[in-house]
Amino acid sequence: MADAPIRIILAKLGLDGHDRGIKVVARILRDSGMEVIYLGLRQTTDTIISAAEEEDVDAIGLSMHNASHMTLAPAMVEAVRAAGLETPVIVGGIVPDEDLEPLAAAGVAAVLGPGSSAEEVAATVRQAVNTNR
Amino acid sequence: MGHEVEIHAEEEAWRNSPEYAAWKERYDAANHRDGLFTTMSGVPVEPIYGPGPYPGEYPYTRGVYPSMYRSRLWTMRMFAGFGTAEDTNARFQDILRNGGTGLSTAFDMPTLMGRDSDSPWALGEVGHCGVAVDTLADMRDLFANVDLSSVSTSMTINGPAAVILGMYIAVAEENGVDLADLAGTIQSDIFKEYQAQKEYIYPPRPSVRIITDMIKFTSDEMPKWHPISISGYHIREAGSTAAEELAFTLANGFAYVEAAVAAGVDIDEFAGRLSFFFNSHSDFFEEIGKLRAARRIWARWMKERYGAKAERSMLCRFHTQTAGVSLTAQQPEINIARVAIQALAGVLGGTQSLHTDSFDEAMALPTEKAARIALRTQQIVAHETGAADVIDPLGGSDYVEWMTDEMERRAEAIFAHLDELGSGSILEGVYAGIDNGYFVSEIADSAYRFEREINNGSRIIVGVNDFTDGDDGEQNILRIGPEVEEYQRKRLADVKMKRNDADVQAALDAVTAAASDPDVNVMPSIIAAVKTYATLEEVSVAMEKVFGTYVEKAVL
Repeated sequence: MADAPIRIILAKLGLDGHDRGIKVVARILRDSGMEVIYLGLRQTTDTIISAAEEEDVDAIGLSMHNASHMTLAPAMVEAVRAAGLETPVIVGGIVPDEDLEPLAAAGVAAVLGPGSSAEEVAATVRQAVNTNR
Repeated sequence: MGHEVEIHAEEEAWRNSPEYAAWKERYDAANHRDGLFTTMSGVPVEPIYGPGPYPGEYPYTRGVYPSMYRSRLWTMRMFAGFGTAEDTNARFQDILRNGGTGLSTAFDMPTLMGRDSDSPWALGEVGHCGVAVDTLADMRDLFANVDLSSVSTSMTINGPAAVILGMYIAVAEENGVDLADLAGTIQSDIFKEYQAQKEYIYPPRPSVRIITDMIKFTSDEMPKWHPISISGYHIREAGSTAAEELAFTLANGFAYVEAAVAAGVDIDEFAGRLSFFFNSHSDFFEEIGKLRAARRIWARWMKERYGAKAERSMLCRFHTQTAGVSLTAQQPEINIARVAIQALAGVLGGTQSLHTDSFDEAMALPTEKAARIALRTQQIVAHETGAADVIDPLGGSDYVEWMTDEMERRAEAIFAHLDELGSGSILEGVYAGIDNGYFVSEIADSAYRFEREINNGSRIIVGVNDFTDGDDGEQNILRIGPEVEEYQRKRLADVKMKRNDADVQAALDAVTAAASDPDVNVMPSIIAAVKTYATLEEVSVAMEKVFGTYVEKAVL
């Protein structure tokens, strides 16, 4: 089980259309051996939860560039828990330092900021998944 | 001494040419701005050096006008928008007080997507990346105490552009401003939304129908208005190369021309009011080459392929913005240096207007101080560097001329591909490229290549993968609190309560009816609807009933 490749959903939650970062991250994670399910733009917590159940994923990665992370990331964590799942939620994008602690307190497993290297991105996902497994 | 004589002879040759004499006549006839036009050391400088074709002459590689910045500096147009309409209006007043010469409006994400502040989609987004506009009441506050007959305004919105333009027209009418006096631009460039920015509502073809309606309406009523700003900026921000930015943007321009001509508008009636918007990134000479190539390509295609006769139709006039994507969250102050270099590239590339990014924008909207530093950066380029004293000062440099040619060659290869995709129509080629994922995958490939170069250390980004000492992590950022969302929702509820619902419904039905008849222009019904305080979302939905919505296929 531990040797099975990590399966991760990547999605843009809400209206934010900045998809440069998430597409780069998707390729980084694929190159490092993970199975990436990219849901694309304009997803809701509901569409992400149903995909997470259907695809039996190990992690959910959200990308946020519109300063909506303080509202939408905790909402995602809540939706995961309400669905009876324990899937870790990882946030990438533009997140000011002072938001890191409140996001962690809200149950976000990890935050990847601008300038993260490919190795950091893959390692962060692995760690979040392994902590959870 | 022989060397000096040689230099003299070369200069004599172009100075005595008939091309120079012809240019000089046009230059002399233009107005000239006040200025010393001497170097800091007192050396007088002429407006132009080197052989033609000169600025203001086909194919306009050296500039769209004969006198360029010797007549008038570029417009220092700073993009602003956040929170409520009152908040943004205060920033506008600050920009005008500090010597900004044009206004540029950023809207928040729900507005950009045609959604109201009380929509479930708006949760956590109201006022964050721009100003929230739900109804005419917000638009009125946004431009309070701004003289719309004298200040030119730019509005960066695409999907719901027709509705926002309708609100702007309604505010102008309330203030007694003649529509013919309204000067400005509404971005309304829908192709690059499917390709890069992803802020679309309807599918491509109905969107283009709305745009041609706007072109027709403004051709008749608002001769000083630019109904569309064909934008490569977002294509570049999404990860394209400079050549892809150039090619996709101009191809989109050709596509709009083909669409408007097919709708029966004479090319010379509207092409002169098309304007462009490019990115200025950090690779200095590549950016300058790209901007010079843009002018030459547009002029050639307009004249040779589309048969434009009016000179104005051939002019690629553009706004430039420094590259937001180049700003680093690490050691943010060093972004001031990046922005200065990018601004200088835009000016040496002959831009008509310029926005300089604020150094703190990698993490959030700019603070007032950072925005002022960005404007001051333009003022240094304008008044201290001498870059504005001589037209196209890099023209004639072997490298810059080669780079200009190379950008053109690369763009032409992409046009050939699109032309083939569209069986001889660039418009159909662009539709096909949107449909088959050509644009998004080219952009994603380029973004990934760039990212890999940074990641493996072969391309150095200062402060990110090298020279990383000195990041003190201190951030002073502008934050939009949840109270903005609350305030805006309450305000919208008030407006909805006070309006006459029957009038609103009748006006919305008229919008739907206009949308369903391709022979009717949608603009008059939209203007009538916003005057009843129909909301942005309601008007957008009234058209969605006919046009449907666009959903992107999720491709990596």
